[in-house]
Formats: sequence, C-alpha cells, structure tokens
Amino acid sequence: MLHGVPTSFYFALSGALFTIGAIGVITRRNAIVVFMCIELMLNGVNLTFIAAGNMLGSVDGMIFVFFIMTVAAAEAAIGLAIFVLLFRLRGSVNLDEIHLLKG
Amino acid sequence: MIDMAFVSPVFQWVVFVCAAVLALLGAIMMVTRRNPIHSALWLIVAFFSLAVIYLTLNAQFIAVAQVIVYAGAIMMLIIFVIMLIHLETGSVYRTRLSGPKAVGAVITIVLFLEIAAAVFTLRSGMGSAVAAGASGTAADLGAALYGKYLFPFEIASVLLLVGIVGAVILARREKERRVDGRPRP
Repeated sequence: MLHGVPTSFYFALSGALFTIGAIGVITRRNAIVVFMCIELMLNGVNLTFIAAGNMLGSVDGMIFVFFIMTVAAAEAAIGLAIFVLLFRLRGSVNLDEIHLLKG
Repeated sequence: MIDMAFVSPVFQWVVFVCAAVLALLGAIMMVTRRNPIHSALWLIVAFFSLAVIYLTLNAQFIAVAQVIVYAGAIMMLIIFVIMLIHLETGSVYRTRLSGPKAVGAVITIVLFLEIAAAVFTLRSGMGSAVAAGASGTAADLGAALYGKYLFPFEIASVLLLVGIVGAVILARREKERRVDGRPRP
C-alpha cells in the first residue's frame, strides 16, 4: 500500500528552493534579479509553514503565510521604488557599482 | 471542496513530483538566465507550481492568493520596473564568478545539506503530509484571521498603507524642488 507524500519531502523541497534563492543572492549582480531571488527564498519559507501547519492540523501556518505575503507586497513596492530612484541617480542597478556607504 | 486526504496516494505522488520538478526547474532557470526578463518569467513558472503544491496541502486560499499576489501583482511590478529602466535591451550585467562568491555558494549548499539532514532525521516527518480534517478554505482562514489574529491583521493593513505612501514619496520626481533644495511654494 503506497502512502501519501511525506512531510519531509515538502520540507526538502522548500529547503532546496531557499538554497537556490540564497545562491542567486550571493552570485548575481543585478539588483532586480537579487530581489527576485529573495522572493523565491520567502516562498521556500512559506512552503515550510504550510507543510508544517498541515502536518499539525492547524490553520496558523496559513495565517503566517498570509502575513508574509503582505510584507512581501509592501517590500516589493518600496524596493522597486528604490531601484527606480537608484537608476535615475546612477544610471545602473549593478550592485558592484553601488558602494556609497563604503566611505 | 475536495479533501486531499481522500485522494488516491498515486495521484498525490504524481502531482507532487510534477509540481516539485517544475518549481525547481523554474528556480534554477531564474538564477541562471542572463536576461532579467527571462528570469522573471521563469520565476512566474516557479510561483505557479508552488500554488499547485499548496493545493495538494489543502491550502486552497493560500494557493489562490499565491497566484494573485505573487504571480500577479508582485511579478507585474518587477517586470514593469525592468522595462522602465531598460534592462531588457541587453545592458545586462555580467556576473563574474570571483573567489568569495564561489565560496559563498558552496557554503550555501552546505546549509542545504544541513536542512536536508535535519528534515530526514525528523521522525514525525515521515507520516503522510496531508492530514485528514485540516482545511485551508477561505472560511477557516477568515475565522482565524478576524478572530484570534485580528490585531496582527490591522497592523498588516497599516504596514501596507505605510508601504504605499513610502513608494509614492520615493518615486516622486525631484524636478518639483528648486535648486536650493526647498520645495516650491
């Protein structure tokens, strides 16, 4: 008798997504691509919350995901406004060229 | 609404494997594509397959919100900004894989191995993921959101308001100011 998919597989998938996002944040230099990688990492965390909530038979995991989505939407609005401003100021969103705080 | 606990396990496995492979493919292609527009489109693929995975976990409301908020609103914003600042026309920043970056990537893979080791030694994790009775319909979520979590919900709405105001102020043109820095009367 084949059982359903174990929770560990969902956790492993979310860990893999988080890792791919983190590698992207480290290696890519385009600020917008780095931003997209951060969204991917947030999605990996969301998957963990939902899988754990389902395993425990609780709706709280989904509430957490709801709030993470809210914060991600606000972050997208602010972050992309900052990128547009940065592009007007410097003509580029390459992270290697942004070192104003370096002194 | 179909309760996934009563769906055939074979079907659960098929849906999970297909969606997981598609999500990983979308994520890997998103990181490796050189053109930001291609990255954004692959990320939408990953978001859609994650919505399918949420459906297999009985989280119907979150699956719909994933498509609307992430694949719809946030990705629309990102693609809009990519086109606004002309990143799609080949002014693509070349990624130099220097030593520190390679080391960072390797350390991140070690982090993944740690997560995987922790997950697969978790004894309660080997049971079937879909518990009978757990349900994520809009009715269940709404009851929790407007009952137990009413105050965090209000805080979230204030956060969104602050986000909107901040974005408008940030993106305002500086031409409205005079040379001496004071706003025009």
